[in-house]
Amino acid sequence: MRLTFPHMGNLWISVKTMLDSLGAPVVCAPLTTRRTLSLGVRYAPEGACLPLKLNVGNFLEAAELGADTVIMAGGCGPCRFGYYAQVEQAVLDDLGVSLRFLVLEPPEGSARELVGRIRAITDARSWWQVLGAVRRGFVVARCLDVLERRAQSLRPREVRPGAADQALAAAEKIMAGAWSSGAAPAFRRARALLEAVAIEPERPVLRVGVVGEIFTLLEPFVNLDLMQRLGRLGVEVSRSIYLGEWINEHLFLGLYPGIHSARGVRKASLPYLGHFVGGHGQETVGSAVLFGEKKLDGVIQLLPFTCMPEIVAQHVLPSVSRDLGIPVLTLVLDEQTGDAGLTTRLEAFVDMLWGNRGGICA
Amino acid sequence: MKTYLGIDVGSVSANFVLVDEAGEVLEAVYLRTRGRPLEVVQEGVAALAKTADHGAVAGVGTTGSGRVLAGLVVGADVVRNEITAHAAATARLIPGARTILEIGGQDSKLIIISPGGTVADFAMNTVCAAGTGSFLDQQAARLGIPIEEFGAIALEAQTPVRIAGRCAVFAETDMIHKQAMGYGLPEILAGLCEALVRNYLNNLGKGKDIRDKVVFQGGVAANAGMRRAFERVLKRAVHVPPHHGVMGALGAALLARAQTGPGARTGFKGFDLANRDYRTGCFNCNGCANQCEVVEITQASTVLARWGDRCGRWSRAPLVSGA
Repeated sequence: MRLTFPHMGNLWISVKTMLDSLGAPVVCAPLTTRRTLSLGVRYAPEGACLPLKLNVGNFLEAAELGADTVIMAGGCGPCRFGYYAQVEQAVLDDLGVSLRFLVLEPPEGSARELVGRIRAITDARSWWQVLGAVRRGFVVARCLDVLERRAQSLRPREVRPGAADQALAAAEKIMAGAWSSGAAPAFRRARALLEAVAIEPERPVLRVGVVGEIFTLLEPFVNLDLMQRLGRLGVEVSRSIYLGEWINEHLFLGLYPGIHSARGVRKASLPYLGHFVGGHGQETVGSAVLFGEKKLDGVIQLLPFTCMPEIVAQHVLPSVSRDLGIPVLTLVLDEQTGDAGLTTRLEAFVDMLWGNRGGICA
Repeated sequence: MKTYLGIDVGSVSANFVLVDEAGEVLEAVYLRTRGRPLEVVQEGVAALAKTADHGAVAGVGTTGSGRVLAGLVVGADVVRNEITAHAAATARLIPGARTILEIGGQDSKLIIISPGGTVADFAMNTVCAAGTGSFLDQQAARLGIPIEEFGAIALEAQTPVRIAGRCAVFAETDMIHKQAMGYGLPEILAGLCEALVRNYLNNLGKGKDIRDKVVFQGGVAANAGMRRAFERVLKRAVHVPPHHGVMGALGAALLARAQTGPGARTGFKGFDLANRDYRTGCFNCNGCANQCEVVEITQASTVLARWGDRCGRWSRAPLVSGA
């Protein structure tokens, strides 16, 4: 058995840590590139949302490297993600690419099915070993969250343009090798790289919250390096979703203590969106409310073209914007890799936010 | 007398204006971009060179989708996005303006101006170019009428026919059907204008607070049929300013004026751009599977800039000639 999994930003680092710790053979698909996109767009259904197309591309590229089994998360509720694994398996079957799918879904009712799937991956290893491996992967995800948060605060203040991104890339590389050396020493070395970035702490920066659908938020190939772009435009980014928080919420049912939970965020959304609409629709609205209450300069919402939960959120956000006086920009992402339109919108948004602070105007 | 040069290089047209210290337009040049932004900048500057006072230029601003390329070639002091540029021009030149409807070749914008003259909100069309100038151009060409006469013909309509406006393909299908049914040309053109206005407002106007005074600018503002359609749907007066076609360039010039205060030196490279040998080249980087298409701008075998790479390998690299 040779395992692979879909890419979503730096998710691969913690999944690989977990599987390596179990001694399970892993085939990491190459990071998502235009080739992945071309493969996905060619073979996935035209009307599917973009993450599904990229998943298919990842799986085809992993199969080329010898993967035979896919593990991925499942979902439920009114979002197409719930059917991703089934549709993807059908697409691959039609292509004659044989990949077995193991879908890990949050236990609902009987946990036996889930246990069976985990057992298929872990073989005869003890539950103690399995828990240890899952914990390791999770700790690495939490470390990556801290490093990314730090980079988001460094980018708009760095003295040498690009320094924070270089440090972050090097730090992530260290974390990717953490399963053998242990997460704690790796994290210390990784954090030291970011702390060494020279900054101008007094430089005025804008503060913008980025909310929306998780895949577009976490995958820089899809959001065209939005976090880096905003950093370069002098914006300190706060995000509504981080990987470790999502894992805690999604797989551990929010039980891991001491972690920012989505429950408070959903509560904040209630005056505007009173019930679950699938995906992260409610979290998008709730996070925008919380960012507004924290007096951030603005909010940017990301969604893949045709994403239903985020379309619901998009039409609720103008009320949040009006009530809390926080400007909102919605960006719809699809397979275009040309960035002129994105650059124009971001620059105009940033100009507007400075204008709100009484800064530049003609 | 000091003058300021504003350049707006868009997908369809490129506009050049020269303004005086007070912001009055001294000269305006309108050219078709024809997909050759570099050549069109050289042409436009050469056209202005005939009448301009060469020593008087105190600042240059560029905007539009070709703003970075244009800015590099002319030596711009300010390179700004179209939304900021349009808002700067309108807020400065049209007192009381609160809403800007702007329709260009490939994109359309809705900008809300605060009472203080800053941008309060904006929207830009996203995934579809239905309702932009290119589509009107294309339909005028299909019907064999010059785009300049489109508006006047649409105004003759007694009862505009209903055309589907959500998608350019749907609209064209509907138009062909209505023509075949025997509806008159003015009625069909007026119907198309109303469809495009509905599409524009449905896409850009949702959740936006449209207030008087409403100003309509961009190339499409020359179309009287579109202006009337906006007035009918919005039920209020829509103003088309005298320099509606070059407001972006005008804004860029005004931003350059604001940027280059007393004592500041402009980066303007002079009016003899046309005689310089600028070239753009393109190569595929083989550093990873992204295969980024890297663009390289050279002048007499000296590399001026590179861009188009995701990782910064080329755009951040020191510039060496003949790399």
